[in-house]
Parts: sequence; C-alpha cells; structure tokens
Amino acid sequence: MTVLTEIRSAPHIKSPRSVEQIMANVVYSLLPVCAFFIYQYGLSAAASILVVTAACLLAERAFVRTGTQAGSLSDYSATITGLLLALTLPPGFPLWMGAVAGVASIALGKALFGGIGFNVFNPALVGRAFVQAAFPAAIATYTPSFLPGRFSEFIPSTLAWPLMAPANTAAWLKAMHYDALASASPLARWKFEGFVTPAIDLVTSLAGHMAVGPSPLLVLVCGGYLALRRFMDWRIPVAVLGSAGLSALIIYSAFGTKYPDPFFMLFSGGLIFGAVYMATDMATSPVTPRGMWLYGALIGVLTVVIRFYSGLPEGVMYAILIGNAATPLIERITQPTPFGKGPSILARRQGSYTLHPDYISREEAAAKTPKKRFLKNKPKKP
Amino acid sequence: MKLLSYFRGEAFQRGVHPPGCKHTAEAPIRRLPFAPRLTVPLSQHIGKPSRPIVRVGEEVLRGQPIAEADGWLSVPQHAPATGVVEAIELRPSARGSWAESIVIRVYEASTQEVLWGAPQDIDAFPPQDIVLAVQRTGMVGLGGAAFPSHAKLTVPQGAKVETLVVNGCECEPYLTCDHRLMVERAADLMAGIRYAMRATGAGRAIVGVEDNKPEAAETLRRVLPPQGDIFVEKVPTKYPQGSEKMLITALFGVEVPSGKLPLSLGMVVNNVGTLAALGKLLPVGQGLIERVVTITGPGVARPGNYLVPLGTPLSFVLDYAGAQTQARQVILGGPMMGQAVASLDVPVTKGVSGVLVFRGEDMAGREGRKTYPCIKCGECVESCPMGLNPSMLGMLAARREYDLMGSQYHLGDCFECGCCTYTCPSNIPLVQQFRVAKQILREKAAA
Repeated sequence: MTVLTEIRSAPHIKSPRSVEQIMANVVYSLLPVCAFFIYQYGLSAAASILVVTAACLLAERAFVRTGTQAGSLSDYSATITGLLLALTLPPGFPLWMGAVAGVASIALGKALFGGIGFNVFNPALVGRAFVQAAFPAAIATYTPSFLPGRFSEFIPSTLAWPLMAPANTAAWLKAMHYDALASASPLARWKFEGFVTPAIDLVTSLAGHMAVGPSPLLVLVCGGYLALRRFMDWRIPVAVLGSAGLSALIIYSAFGTKYPDPFFMLFSGGLIFGAVYMATDMATSPVTPRGMWLYGALIGVLTVVIRFYSGLPEGVMYAILIGNAATPLIERITQPTPFGKGPSILARRQGSYTLHPDYISREEAAAKTPKKRFLKNKPKKP
Repeated sequence: MKLLSYFRGEAFQRGVHPPGCKHTAEAPIRRLPFAPRLTVPLSQHIGKPSRPIVRVGEEVLRGQPIAEADGWLSVPQHAPATGVVEAIELRPSARGSWAESIVIRVYEASTQEVLWGAPQDIDAFPPQDIVLAVQRTGMVGLGGAAFPSHAKLTVPQGAKVETLVVNGCECEPYLTCDHRLMVERAADLMAGIRYAMRATGAGRAIVGVEDNKPEAAETLRRVLPPQGDIFVEKVPTKYPQGSEKMLITALFGVEVPSGKLPLSLGMVVNNVGTLAALGKLLPVGQGLIERVVTITGPGVARPGNYLVPLGTPLSFVLDYAGAQTQARQVILGGPMMGQAVASLDVPVTKGVSGVLVFRGEDMAGREGRKTYPCIKCGECVESCPMGLNPSMLGMLAARREYDLMGSQYHLGDCFECGCCTYTCPSNIPLVQQFRVAKQILREKAAA
C-alpha cells in the first residue's frame, strides 16, 4: 500500500466557528432591527440603510482591491458596519451624507488601520462622529415615527442633492399638522425642556409618534440570540447597562428631580443599541474577561456623565469611542491569572475530594503575596 | 454552553468541547497479527535511550530483554516477537528524525509464546523493590507522554504521597483504548493500582473517568476492593481533562502551583493504561511488549481497538485495518495533540495510544479556511485551560518578541493542548507559533 501522507501540526481538527460565521450571524440578528426601523420610518429608512451599506461595501471593496487593507467583502464585516451606521443615523438623513458617512467609516475607521481586526475604533462610530462634525444640523434633525404616508413618500430631506442643504422638514411636518415637539428625540426633550418620556413607552418604541430608534426590547432580544450562540460576549452589554443604570440611580437618588430616573436613562437614546451592538465589536473591545467588565463599566459611566453634564443630549457614541481608545490599556492591566499562579491554590470549583489540609496550608503560606502597586507600606523605622 | 458553565462551575475553568467521535467505544480489544519485521526504537521514552544487549544475527525469544536501561531515567526494551535480530540501525521515527532501532525478523512458524520472565510475589516486596520491578518491565506512561513509570512512582526523600490519582479521562476525541481497558481489564487495573499505592505509600487512590464513559465507571465500581480505599469518580467531559493538573483541579478543586509537580500536593498521577499493564506484567515478571492502540478515523475501513505488538510498522497496521487509498494524513495519538507522520515505516511505540487516519475530504473543511488577522474575539482566552492570553501571545509571536512572551505572558506554562488553535475563528495556527517560540527560547537558554 502506498499512501502519500501530509504532515501538519496538531490540532488536526478545528471548531466550525469562523470569522464569516460570526459576522454573518451578527448580520442576521440585525435584520429584524432593520425591519422594525423601516416599519417605523418607511421608505426613507429603507433607502438610508441601502445607501449607507452600499457605500460601506464599495469603499471596502476599493480598499481591499488596492491592497490597503486585509479582509474581503465575503467576511460580512463591512455589511455590519453599514447596517449599524444606518441604524444610528436619523431616518431622514440626506442620502448623499449617508454615503459620505459610509465611506468615512471604512476609510478612516478601518482601512487606515489595516482592515479587519486592526481597527482601534468602531468603524461605524467613526463614520457617525465624522458626519456629526461635518453636518451637525442634519444629524440633529429627527422626524416622528409612524407618519401616515411613510411608505408612499420620502421624508423631504432624504432626497437632497449632493452638497446642497437638505429641504426643511419642519415646514413639511407643519403642513401635516405635527408640531416641532414631536420631532425632538426623548433625550433632547429632557435636556432642553425637562420633559421625561415614560420608560414603558421607550421600551417598545410603539407608543405614538416619537423620534426614537429601533425598539430597545427588540435589540435586547436580538442581542440575546447572539449572546446565547456566543457570537457576542454577554459581559460587555451587562457591564455597560449595569454601570449606566447604577450611576444614573445614584445621581437620581442623591439629587432627585433634577435628573431623570434610571429607566429613562437606560431605554432612551442609543444606549441599549450601543451596549449590545457597538460596544461589543470584537476588534475594539478587550479580550480578557476582567477587561470586558472594566471596559463596559467605563462606557456606562461615561455615557451618564456626558448626558448629564455636557452640552450634548446623547453621549453613547463618545463614551464607546473613549472606551475603544482605552482598550489596550485595559487589556494590559487585566491579563488573566495563569493556572496555578494565583495567590491561592484553591480553584473556583469545589472538589469532590478534599486534599489533606496540611498541603493547602503549606502551599498557601508559600504563596507569594501580591506586590502592592499603590499605597505601599513604608518600611517601619526601628 | 459557556454561558451556563460560567455559573455552574465546570470541572476546571475554560477548555473546549470538541465532538467526541468515539466510534470504537464498543469495539472489543482484538489482537493484531505479527508483522514480518518489527522495528524497536531504543528511545521510546523520555530520558536516555536504552543500550542494546543483542547482536545482529542473534535469535531472540518473545519477551526477552534486548536492550537495557542506561541510567536511572531510562527503561529496558523487550523483544515483541520471537525471531532473529536483522539489524541495529537508524530507522524513521514519528518525530521525523531517524532513530537507532533494533529490527527483528519474525519467525513465521513460531508459536509466539512468552517464555521469558519469572513470577514474583509483589505483595512481599518493599516499595523500593516494586519500583525496581517496574523499571524491569520497561514501563512508560502509556497515555502518550512516555515518561518512565518507575521514575514517576519514586517518592523523593522528604516528600509524602497521600493520593494516587488514576487518569481514566481519555479526553482526546476518537481514542477509546483506555475506555476498553477499563471495561475489559478492570481486574488488572485494580491490581496495578494496588501495586502503585504500595510503591508510593499512597493511602487512597481515585480513578477519574469522564462522564461520557459511564460503562467504564460502572465496571470499575463493581470490582472495587472491599477495603474502600479506591474510589471511582465521574468528571464532566471536557478537553483537556487528561492533563494531570486539570484532572486534579476537577477532583480536588485545587490548582497545582505553576512550575511544580502534583507531588507537591501529595499526589501522583498515572494513566489507567499504564496501571492495567503493570497489574498484568508485574506478578509474572514480564516486560512490556504490546499495547492497546485505537485505530480509527474516517479513512479506516475496520476501525477498532487492537492489541499491537510494539514495533509494528504503521503500513502493516493500516493494511490490516483497511486504510483506504484516499488516506492523506496519519496521526499518532489523538487529533488534538497527536503527531502527523511523514512515513508509514514508523513503528508503533510505547507512547502511541491511537492511529488516526484522515482522508482528503475530511481535511477539506480545514484546508479551505482562510486565515484572517486576529479579530480579538477572545475565544482563545476563554478556552485556554492554563489561563494564558493566546491572542496577545500570537501577536507577539508574529513580531518575534519571544523574550517578552516568556517573561511577561507566561509562555512556559503552555502545554500545547491546542485549545486556542481549535477555537480560533480566524484560523491562526497559534499553538504552532508557541511551539516555535518555546523551541527558540530553549535554544537561547542553552546557548
């Protein structure tokens, strides 16, 4: 028998998980969210999602083709960037500005660093930060959801010519007998008018004409699917929402009526969406489990601080970008403890058999006491 | 599901769950016929190679010592068949390099009875003599590490062994030889455990069996001796539980301190295969001349558990098991840590627990995979049983920062289980990079 054998290094089997599979599942989980967004805002939302995603894909293709970055379209990562970006923009955002945002997110957020896996900041948020700086008026212009004619006509600002100022949506809304109040986002209404929308209305996004994004409940369900199938790490959203809720609760209970209740903080704006889909971006979040907790907690606290104490109504985007920037530092200080190198030899699990206590105490005594980094005890003078 | 295990607290932290593929679990152990020529390498163990004590042209009987131990960390070799020594020369080995081996041409007409060896009353032996008797059998760790067993059973001055841990995990996918041994040779295993307890002075023995082998655990529980100092414990199935430190964590809930042996916690760990063989060989005073090998994989027509004479070339083994011509990769050991061989002239040695054959199409899924840059998903960190950060180590290895890997990121703790490479969705050959890095660091340290 002659068999031509090949030599490979172990392991010779491989888990079926692949980058494509992870990314494709994130796209699938985003589809219901997109559908709900289109249901809320009609034609304009659909056009915005399509144009922004297409711009991202084209930009990715161009950069991969010219050899500027690694990866390919088939890894779905540019699709995710496009969908996430479109979902964070206002539905009536002019399409040409959306295309600019898409190209900017891939060019500045991804290709600049070398493509998939190398980016430091979440590309979708880089794109959004770019257009927030470039088109501050357009990005603050929201329209109420569930307008009667939303499936037959565009929001007028959507179809603005490139480099031209978009049409005035306020006049268009007035013609439909909606006041300017309805088109302000709940966070803006709280910030500038002191009106707190009930959290229960925010959770479903279904209560009348509100200028809100996709339902937080739906986002949580879709994120839950990802977390259960382990395409996303559950620690980050839990840490973000936990720390944001906790810090909002502390401020609310300490200073009372001046600040909104923690439920409003959790369900308003893009906090849920950001916590589930933006902060969990793999390349820009820490790999160490302890680092994930710290990173999430940092984002949550920063969000609340920006919302409460800055001129901006919304703070999720900047909080996540700051968290991204802090990621290498967080990873550095949260390296996992190697097996058998912890201060105690007792593992987290309770064993079925007990070791002779002599051995444990002997090892415990021999274990090095961890070096103190801060507040070192000064040597006592004799 | 990882999410649940986080709260439940599994056997040990992290690790992976590759598909079991234990297709041969029901196949009883069968004897493989003798190949026309057997190749016995002089170094089938960790330590110094043995010294041949036969000449070319000499007739040898099955079971006769043909090489003696060269020093303490070495074992003798025994003739696996009656025949004539044809050559003592360099032959291909699994590692790729050629190794000094004794080639025996087997007498076809011989009855192949083991006539060598004298019965000995082990129960009357003091512990040191048991250890010497173990060395005379040429026994090494049959789980795959091939560390001389007598050295493992020797308790150094001042140390005290409290527990003998018997490793029946067999966490590697596909392999079933230890499972069959526990089912079919439970009595031998109990005898071997008894001898090892006497040699080390251990007061109790605990057999750890993964819970995907309930039949083995049940069989062992039925033959437990009435003294009640041997226990059988089922541990949740997880790779790499067969690593002795992981098994200790699963059983006792303690971590063996880094850089120390289980002996520092009063434990000695032995494989079930080793102890079952000892239980059989010690009373009759014979040497190790054959072992149970699982021959399996999609490329084999008649997979099963075979009792293979040591030194049988792989080509003969595969012919007998019906390897198909599309076979493209032959692996000694399990799929996670096993060694792919370049030549089928390589013999089955003492440390070979399985022969795994893959066809081209079985590997297609892996070959077609593209390698992406690290997307920092953290899967490897979640799977590393040693609590390292393979993602960071991989990035450092790509930049050849080997010293930093060793000094800051605990590269020395890696025992190359392959969990990180198994789970990596970007298909990065992490563990291979670590092997290279460790080798470079070793060479640097030696220089």
